[in-house]
Amino acid sequence: MTEQQTESGIVLPSYTRENAEIDPPLDFAGYRSTEFRHPKNPLVLMPQMLTEVTGPVLGESRLGPLDYDLTRQHEEMPLGQRIEVSGRVLDSDGRPVPNTLVECWQANASGRYRHEVDDWPAPLDPNFTGVGRCFTDSDGNYRFVTIKPGAYPWKNHHNAWRPAHIHFSLFGRAFTQRLVTQMYFPDDPLFSEDPIFNSPRDPKVRERMISRHDWGTTEDHWQLGYKWDIVLRGPDAVAFEEPHA
Amino acid sequence: MSKLGVTPSQTVGPYFAIGLTWDDGPDVVPQGTDGAFWIRGRVIDGNGDPVPDAVVETWQADSGGRFAHPDDPRGAVDRGDFRGLGRCGTDKEGRFGIHTVKPGRVPGQNGTLQAPHIDVTVMARGMLARLVTRIYFPEEEAANAEDPVLSSLPATAASETLMAVKSDDGYSFDIHLQGENETVFFSI
Ligand SMILES: [Fe+2]
Repeated sequence: MTEQQTESGIVLPSYTRENAEIDPPLDFAGYRSTEFRHPKNPLVLMPQMLTEVTGPVLGESRLGPLDYDLTRQHEEMPLGQRIEVSGRVLDSDGRPVPNTLVECWQANASGRYRHEVDDWPAPLDPNFTGVGRCFTDSDGNYRFVTIKPGAYPWKNHHNAWRPAHIHFSLFGRAFTQRLVTQMYFPDDPLFSEDPIFNSPRDPKVRERMISRHDWGTTEDHWQLGYKWDIVLRGPDAVAFEEPHA
Repeated sequence: MSKLGVTPSQTVGPYFAIGLTWDDGPDVVPQGTDGAFWIRGRVIDGNGDPVPDAVVETWQADSGGRFAHPDDPRGAVDRGDFRGLGRCGTDKEGRFGIHTVKPGRVPGQNGTLQAPHIDVTVMARGMLARLVTRIYFPEEEAANAEDPVLSSLPATAASETLMAVKSDDGYSFDIHLQGENETVFFSI
C-alpha cells in the first residue's frame, strides 16, 4: 500500500481519488430520476485522512451458512436458470481484498423483486427472496449460487427495460473503497438502450460490469457458471501530493 | 500505475432494502450503551420532497478517537461491541436514524487535530454514485474552529449544512441533495 506520512509522524495508506473517467455523473439526463437528486454545487475535494482510510471490519458472525446460496433459502428450489456467480475482489494494483463483506440482491427469474414498491405484475416466487451475502476468502474470492434474474420494465422512458443484472455492495478495506454497482450478463441486447448501464462515459469502463460465461464453474446437468472480478480503488500513485482541500 | 481498471459505480436502485437493510443497521453501538444517542434526519431532494428510497451509512471513530482497523497507525484497538458503521434506509417521509456515541478527536494532516466528526455515505435511486458528507457537533466550538476540513469551507456552508442540531434524544441532521440548503458534499 502506498503510504502518506504527516508531520505528526502518522503513516496512512492512500487510495486513488474519485474519478469522473470511471464513475458515472450524478447529473445524467438519460436517467430522469437524477434531475432533483444531484447536487448543483461542485464536490469539495477532501484529503483522505484516518476516517477515510479505515472502514468497518465486520465479523463473519453476521452470516448464516446458506447466505451465499440464494437457491437454498426456502423449502423448494426457486424457478429459473441455476447459475453460479464467482470471482475475486481486487484493488487496482491487483491485490486481493480479503475478508470483506459482499452483499447482493436481485429480481427473480421473471424480473420481479420481493419489495413492496415493485408493482410489475410478473409473479413472485415463494421460493426466492433474492438476497445473498458472503465474505471474500484470504485470496479475495467470493461465490454466490442463484438463478439468472429476468429483465424488467421501468418507467424512465417508453419501452424501457433493464438488462438482467445483480446488484452488488462492497465495503472493501476503507471508507474510500465503498462500492455499490451492478453485474450484467454477456451479450445482452438491452444494453444499448439502458441509461444506467451506459452512464459511465467510457464504453471500456462499462465492460467492467459484464460477467463472462465460465466453463470451469459450469457443471454438467446442474448449473451455468459466470465469472466476474470486482476492482476497488487501490493505492494512489501520487500519494505525496497533498490535495488542495 | 494502476494495473486493473476500477469497477464503476451504479445506482443502488429502488429495491436495495431487500438486501442492504439489517435489523441492527442503525446500531453503531448496541442498544443500552451508556451515553448513546440518536442522530435523526431526513433526506430531501431538489423539490423539497422527502427521498423515501435512500440509504444513509455512517463511519466513525469510537469515543476515544480510535479505529479497530489494521491501518490505524496508532495500533488497532479491540472496541468490543463498537461497530463504527451505521446503516439505515429512509422511510416514506425520508427519515433515517443512527444510534451512536460521539466520536473522539482524530489526527488530521500536518499535525492538525480534527474535530469530532462522522463520515456519511448517501445512496438512492436516481443517484448513479454515492455522495459523501460529514456530521459535526455544534457544542464542539473550539475543536470545530481548528478542524482542517471545516476551516477550508466558507463559514456559512460549514456551520449550516455540516453541523448537527441538538434534539430531544440526540441530534438532528438533514441531508439536502440539491436546492437552497444543499448539503456540502465531498470528493474523496
Ligand atoms: Fe435492479
